[in-house]
Amino acid sequence: MTNKELIIVGGGPAGLAAAYTAAQTGCHVLLIDRNPQMGGQLIKQTHKFFGSEKQFAKTRGLNIAKKLISDVETCSDRIEIICDATVVGLYADQVVNVLHNEKYYKYHFDALIIATGAGEKMLAFENNDLPGIYGAGAVQTLMNLYGVLPGQNIVMVGSGNIGLIVSYQLIQAGVHVKALLEAAPKIGGYKVHASKLRRLGVDILTQTTIQRAIGNGCVNQIETIELDDSWKPIKGTEKLIDVDAVCIAVGLSPLYQLLAMGGAELKYVPELGGMVPIVDGLHQTTINNIFVAGDVAGVEEASSAIVEGYLSGLAAAAKIGYQQPDYQKSIADYQQQLKNLRSGPFGAKIRAGLKKVEAKTNA
Amino acid sequence: MLDKTGVATPEQVKSRFPQPEQLLKPKAIIECYEDIPCNPCSTSCPFHAIEIGDDINNQPQLNVDLCTGCGICVTSCPGLAIMTAEIRNNLAIFKIPYEFLPYPEPNSIWNGVNRDGKVICDANIVKVLLTNKQDKTVLVTVSVDKKYLYDFVTVRNKNE
Ligand SMILES: Cc1cc2nc3c(=O)[nH]c(=O)nc-3n(C[C@H](O)[C@H](O)[C@H](O)COP(=O)(O)OP(=O)(O)OC[C@H]3O[C@@H](n4cnc5c(N)ncnc54)[C@H](O)[C@@H]3O)c2cc1C
Ligand code: SF4
Ligand code: SF4
Repeated sequence: MTNKELIIVGGGPAGLAAAYTAAQTGCHVLLIDRNPQMGGQLIKQTHKFFGSEKQFAKTRGLNIAKKLISDVETCSDRIEIICDATVVGLYADQVVNVLHNEKYYKYHFDALIIATGAGEKMLAFENNDLPGIYGAGAVQTLMNLYGVLPGQNIVMVGSGNIGLIVSYQLIQAGVHVKALLEAAPKIGGYKVHASKLRRLGVDILTQTTIQRAIGNGCVNQIETIELDDSWKPIKGTEKLIDVDAVCIAVGLSPLYQLLAMGGAELKYVPELGGMVPIVDGLHQTTINNIFVAGDVAGVEEASSAIVEGYLSGLAAAAKIGYQQPDYQKSIADYQQQLKNLRSGPFGAKIRAGLKKVEAKTNA
Repeated sequence: MLDKTGVATPEQVKSRFPQPEQLLKPKAIIECYEDIPCNPCSTSCPFHAIEIGDDINNQPQLNVDLCTGCGICVTSCPGLAIMTAEIRNNLAIFKIPYEFLPYPEPNSIWNGVNRDGKVICDANIVKVLLTNKQDKTVLVTVSVDKKYLYDFVTVRNKNE
């Protein structure tokens, strides 16, 4: 079995950032992603990112991926990359099992960073399995990676930033977004993104949800219903909308499965999107030498995923003997950046969630 | 209202406009009404006219005197929440961000649209600017009747 110093699972913004800072210390890194290309969620994002200019805000997501990848390429003598490879197992004796080209490969590691990101949540309603009903991620993959429209007349379900931004991207691609439904009394995402849609004539219907999809072989119509203040459907408010596609954007939940398999302590924290690992201030899990970064540690944003990546890359490398002279200072700086990003009202949920999972810092 | 529909109230909108006499020169109108972790408007302004401060969640504050109305922040804001406005005789002249194809042609007439997505007036496309720095967000200079100063927000192709 081959031994690797540091293995990183997931080449999204968190994994790429971690590979970069770890390699800077002299550490050798193996970076693995199951997609054909690195970049994670970013490669599907055609919009300019909000966030801090320090973490590339105002750059379009796909170009942020390019920047992070080119950073990683500057250390190509220390970073080995495998795409189209899924890590399917994590075992107690510091071993991962990787499926690549229909073969399994086992690697022993000194340290591991799990940066697998998050997966989409689904919504339960009648006929939600009809063709034409997509998750927002699938819509983005079809439209922005492969240039295929998911439909001509679409209803978006969910007014978080993803629902708002994907609606805007659909309109840019020429799709008619007939309405955006939100069960809560208020729009979930940033109002700047909501205003951008409203001025394009998209109706944003709060306290309204999808009751069922109608169609023979594929979706042709949906039935919506209004909700009262206790989230109960109001009889008589049903409406039919003709559609050929529905996009569900009701949130993401961390991809924690590898951590569960390895035996890391996990906790259900709704504020962070679902099951998340207990971590210390250096993002180490309850398993020695196994770290996490990005959405897998709590669903947030690319800006925080990148900073968490930089931080965990340095911390993991230090843990196995590659400690930089200015290590403490860099770690403190990244911790401060994370604090700043999360300090506003939108960060309140994240702050509350993180309190529940932070073990004592042993830094 | 903004929370439910995405449409700012007239009072909110007006609070972002300087006095009409200050609009004899173009000024940035920053419609970012929420504390969100975001700052490209501030970091992109070459004249340091937009202040966010140490806490990236603060709302941007415009120093009207420093603002030259150059429009750089307009195409830098990922929320497309900024335009510039100017009053010239009986016209209100705006620079707005636009991210749809086809781009408007100069000297054509498009529909002027309000914050609720409704067509309210004719809009005369004066100039269409796209540099590499703008990264595909075009800056459209457009003029409408002065009475739409607080209502106009974007343009839409007449054929749509
Ligand atoms: C529509 C949309 C708009 C957004 N807009 C913004 C924005 O404007 N600003 C902002 O800051 N953030 C934004 N985000 C959020 C941002 O994209 C994510 O928070 C960020 O990508 C999370 O990074 P990550 O590295 O943790 O995970 P991801 O980007 O999800 O990357 C995880 C990677 O891990 C790989 N992987 C998973 N499991 C395995 C496995 N078992 N084996 C191998 N590889 C695996 C996946 O293939 C993937 O490449 C947006 C997200 C969406 C969907
Ligand atoms: S218009 Fe120009 S000067 Fe005024 S705030 Fe924007 S970038 Fe700064
Ligand atoms: S760049 Fe735009 S969205 Fe971001 S803080 Fe500035 S005005 Fe608000």
